[in-house]
Amino acid sequence: MTRLLNLERKVAFVTGSTRGIGWATACVLAANGATVVLNGVSDQYALDERVSELRSTYGVKAVGLLCDAADPEDVRGAYRKIFSTFRRLDILVNNAGVLNDALVGMVSDKMVTQTFGINTFGAIHHLQGAARLMQRRKSGSIVNLTSIVGVTGNEGQIVYSSSKAALLGLTRSAAKELAPMGIRVNAVAPGFIDTDMTRQLPQAKYDERMASIKMGRIGRPDDIAHSVLYFASELSSYVTGQVLGVDGGMLI
Amino acid sequence: MSNDDKLRQVFIDALALEPGIDVENLSYRSTEEWDSVAHMLLVGEIENAFDILLETQDVIDMSSYSLAREIVDKYGVQI
Repeated sequence: MTRLLNLERKVAFVTGSTRGIGWATACVLAANGATVVLNGVSDQYALDERVSELRSTYGVKAVGLLCDAADPEDVRGAYRKIFSTFRRLDILVNNAGVLNDALVGMVSDKMVTQTFGINTFGAIHHLQGAARLMQRRKSGSIVNLTSIVGVTGNEGQIVYSSSKAALLGLTRSAAKELAPMGIRVNAVAPGFIDTDMTRQLPQAKYDERMASIKMGRIGRPDDIAHSVLYFASELSSYVTGQVLGVDGGMLI
Repeated sequence: MSNDDKLRQVFIDALALEPGIDVENLSYRSTEEWDSVAHMLLVGEIENAFDILLETQDVIDMSSYSLAREIVDKYGVQI
């Protein structure tokens, strides 16, 4: 019987993967045999530590790439490196992102530029680079990390939510265009997940979000990573253009 | 087979051209066979044939056979 979760001989690139959801995803992919390309923006030491941890814990090949999703040339350089090292890419997890909240009247140009630069334009550039490598083998899986607020909207989050809502269009359009090349494109929309990003929230806001989760607990990075694994693996071989909410029944 | 012949054959195969057609006279979107979908297929076949990865700008600029020759030359493929 085919092991549908077996990712041996697959190369996976997880952006923003030194901590939080990205790191959990890298671990889950590695635990299932994938070679993993880890990514951070500027901290070479932290990246090297994570690479060593992944290799020693899971016995897989792992490499680290410093790359700023907001810099298109940096992103292109990452795919040149992956090509020269592995000659292939099977899985892209478009995870790198920033969370900036502000009420409508308080949104600065800098906030818009930074948030869209990483969350949206970065995701587009990564998808473009990955698709070029995947089309060579006429197969691949791209998983975009959007957000529940990209689907539903939320007060105080016009910039973040719109930057993530754009990934819904990216996912559905790219899925249509790349399906003939054997490349699947899907999205995971996390709810409220226990990461450094959500721990930045003021206590009152944190409590309010917790109260809105029907399952009564905050999500774990592993909850998201397992959903990414589904899209990355052969379990979802006939699934493309879908957005999977992973939110414990959170209502906004 | 020379690299020039190889590139010519990639054009014929990827764009599903009649054998013997003069690829030198083709240009992107001027013929029915070379539309945007075929272009991406052509790019993939060129990359596979010569084991290179083209930059996005080169993919956009590659609008004729002679330009394709110049572009692959940049990646160390002697035509």
